[in-house]
Amino acid sequence: MGKGILGRKVGMTALFDEFGQKVSVTVVEAGPCVVVRKKDPAKDKYNAVQLGFVEQRADRLRKPDAGQYRKAGVPPKRFLREIRLSAEEAAGFSVGQVIGAEDVFKVGDKLDITGVSIGKGFQGVVKRYHFKGNTMTRGTHEYRRHPGSIGMREWPGKIFKGKKLPGHMGGERVTVQNLVIFRLDSKRNLLFVKGAVPGSAGNLLVIRRAVKSAAGVKGKAK
Amino acid sequence: MKKYLLDLVERREMKQNIPEFRPGDTIRVHQRIFEGEKERVQVFEGVVIRHRKAGNRSSITVRKISYGVGVEKIFPIHAPTVEKIEIVQRSTSRRAKLYYLRNLAGKAARLTQEKAKPATE
Repeated sequence: MGKGILGRKVGMTALFDEFGQKVSVTVVEAGPCVVVRKKDPAKDKYNAVQLGFVEQRADRLRKPDAGQYRKAGVPPKRFLREIRLSAEEAAGFSVGQVIGAEDVFKVGDKLDITGVSIGKGFQGVVKRYHFKGNTMTRGTHEYRRHPGSIGMREWPGKIFKGKKLPGHMGGERVTVQNLVIFRLDSKRNLLFVKGAVPGSAGNLLVIRRAVKSAAGVKGKAK
Repeated sequence: MKKYLLDLVERREMKQNIPEFRPGDTIRVHQRIFEGEKERVQVFEGVVIRHRKAGNRSSITVRKISYGVGVEKIFPIHAPTVEKIEIVQRSTSRRAKLYYLRNLAGKAARLTQEKAKPATE
């Protein structure tokens, strides 16, 4: 049916595959999520479901959010995110329905996982853009991790927009594509995903079927 | 709070039947080896010189002298390929990492052996 769910990063560990090889995995607690709202193609001009995730005290909500949950008749949630679907996919959902990891994915599925990366603060170009910097020796004076030249001369007389310079790094929305589900624990709604996922443990993740993989497209047809 | 969930996951992946051993003990590790189609069990006997304790990712380094050459093998002890661990000889060691054995050979590389049957225990 659907093709996405909300989750929380639990952390990383390693598991063994059927050959006894160690595989690094990220543990993601995916669900249970509740369908808070269904977008109506007639009214909203597209198909989507809004999913709520993680229990929340009612007095912690803003009034506009509280109204959404009241209208849906579901207990308040901490996070509310929208997952776009095709018309067929949307048909399988109804407001108030609770979905878990198992309802959306199976082992071997490919995923795109979106989250907010760990904030790194103000960083130089060597860390931020993998510039090479300058030589550490041979008389280099206070110029070891500098970017070097950042432009030309009187012409063009400016620094081009988008020039890679020091600045704030991390803490931005990042999507990692084509992650494979290595194992799935339906009882606890845990996804074991091969490889790394953006952000710290405890961060909200939006988990969708991979857009660029053939397997993802095939899974979509189901 | 979420850390608890990770611990739980790791604990579930751990074997329960691994005998208790310490660095310095001589042990015998039975490991399944896949050679193309065939599968066999290889036994590696040596001294534990390191025990890395990290839940289901724990590993040990076992050292032995094979035909006059020092050989060390790292075993992820909770891996399904590690079938069995037997204790051959217990020893007493004052440190946790016995890297110093690498620089010693022959008689100097011996460890104090624990009595075969301690009175208590």
